[in-house]
Amino acid sequence: MGVKRGKLARQEIRAFYLFLSPWIIGMILFTGGPLIASLLLGFTSYDIVKPPVWCGFSNYKEIFSDKIFIKSLEVTVKYVMGAVPLTVIGALILATILNQKVYGLSIWRTIYYLPVVTTGVAVALLWSWVLNPDFGIVNTLLQRLFGIRGPEWFYSEKWAIPSFILMSIWGVGGPMLIYLGGMQGIPTQLYEAAEIDGASWWQSYIHITLPLISPVIFYNVVTAMIGTFQVFIPAFIITQGGPNYASYFYVLNLFRHAFQYYHMGYASALAWILFVLVLVLTVIAFRISKYWVYYEEQR
Amino acid sequence: MTVNYTSKKVRQKIISILLTILLALVGIIVLLPILWMLSTSLKEQGQVFIMPPKWIPHPIQWSNYPKALDFMNVKIVYRNTILITSIDILGTIISSTLVAFAFARLRAPGKEVLFLIVLSTIMLPQQVVLIPQFILFKLLGWVDTFYPLTIPFFFATTPFLIFLLRQFFMTIPIEMDEAARIDGCSYFQIYARIILPLSKPALGIVAIQSFMNNWNEFIRPLIFINSASKYTVSVALANFSSDYGMTPWNLLMAASLVALLPCIILFFFAQRYLIQGIVITGLKG
Repeated sequence: MGVKRGKLARQEIRAFYLFLSPWIIGMILFTGGPLIASLLLGFTSYDIVKPPVWCGFSNYKEIFSDKIFIKSLEVTVKYVMGAVPLTVIGALILATILNQKVYGLSIWRTIYYLPVVTTGVAVALLWSWVLNPDFGIVNTLLQRLFGIRGPEWFYSEKWAIPSFILMSIWGVGGPMLIYLGGMQGIPTQLYEAAEIDGASWWQSYIHITLPLISPVIFYNVVTAMIGTFQVFIPAFIITQGGPNYASYFYVLNLFRHAFQYYHMGYASALAWILFVLVLVLTVIAFRISKYWVYYEEQR
Repeated sequence: MTVNYTSKKVRQKIISILLTILLALVGIIVLLPILWMLSTSLKEQGQVFIMPPKWIPHPIQWSNYPKALDFMNVKIVYRNTILITSIDILGTIISSTLVAFAFARLRAPGKEVLFLIVLSTIMLPQQVVLIPQFILFKLLGWVDTFYPLTIPFFFATTPFLIFLLRQFFMTIPIEMDEAARIDGCSYFQIYARIILPLSKPALGIVAIQSFMNNWNEFIRPLIFINSASKYTVSVALANFSSDYGMTPWNLLMAASLVALLPCIILFFFAQRYLIQGIVITGLKG
């Protein structure tokens, strides 16, 4: 009997690795392999044409003394620090309202989610037209409704980052829908019990809703952070990093070095710095989460 | 007592109305850019720059659409994009269901560690692997072909969808597999005859997600494709203005709207699936 069970278990193990084989091959060829390759390439000088030459830490030294790199990091961090809180909190507020007794829930949900499915180049073009300083709808409305002369948006050093942040807020429907799913999963008995005990709406919200959706808030913060750090298409399409590097985001810098100047070694080092940055941020977020994210006890 | 009760009800109703008005205002703001795109796409060149702008174009210039589509070679770029996207969806569904089946239904040493690797690659920035991938494809002679844009999808390279499918497969009672095993089914038969037919909603979600991901993909076709005859919609759109010599906003908005249309249409038809996908991963993850 024992021998037979062993044979069945072996069969199952073999099946497991057989089913897993597409992923294992993919991991080696397209994910894990390239990850290690780019780490190694980061220590070389490589222009695609001639074979790579080992150059130690010189790429990293060059990067950290490059003013444009520092600028790109600064610009990206500013963008992340603006876009992430605004999107995450805005989404929370919208989801909270949608979770009340309101009319036409599914209509609003659909409208708010619509921008999430419209992404990429077309949306970048759309926003460069919407925020056109002279003929765009935003400045026209500012002028007509409030008599304000709107800013130059993407064309102004000061307003370029806020313009991209505004654009990212448009995608608020994504995290909103995730919150809403979390809120609708909270058992109604909890609210009924709180109401019997005389809790106000606000008290229920603070002591029931927020703690119970805190894992969802955490998820949204982490994914928004990782996503916004990699912003590329809007800047590539609308500003090309300008004016005067005011929107020269990290990945745009990486792209230029890799695929326009063919500094493959240098760009690989850039890619690894980005990877480590994102990793460190994620780890920090997980550490901090222990203090504010509530997980129901595992049974 | 009754007065108190009705006044509370009235108050509730007023709050509902006020909140709904607020939601409607936000809704208008959200829709504004899309309506503006639509309006511009139907204007004559001269009308685009008239101040104050008119929301409803007069005359309505339908001919912008054929003109814009012609200019961006719509037949070729749409055919390319549809071809690439369909192959990607197929590859993603085949490979990620196989892998998710292994993680959800089979026991083997090392499974937990491997699954942890899958989860951690969800967070991996694409840019980190892009350069070595480019070098690999160049060595293989795949640059300026559709292979770099399609082949990787047959190797379960979208870890998020593996996770989603695994979560869904786990909800199917394991007793079904055990009964099937006793009846002499192979693991592949369990996968093909039990798990897949029971997972149609999840497969729908995966198909929609990978459609949305790939239809608008820009960086990869930008890097891997050189010849105009192989451009995707995104790349053609990005080159529109420079090819035209200026920015014809009315034509550009028409072209953009047509580029977005498949996603918008799919969204309206498949909203329920999309929302369900969020629930599966959001609540149980």
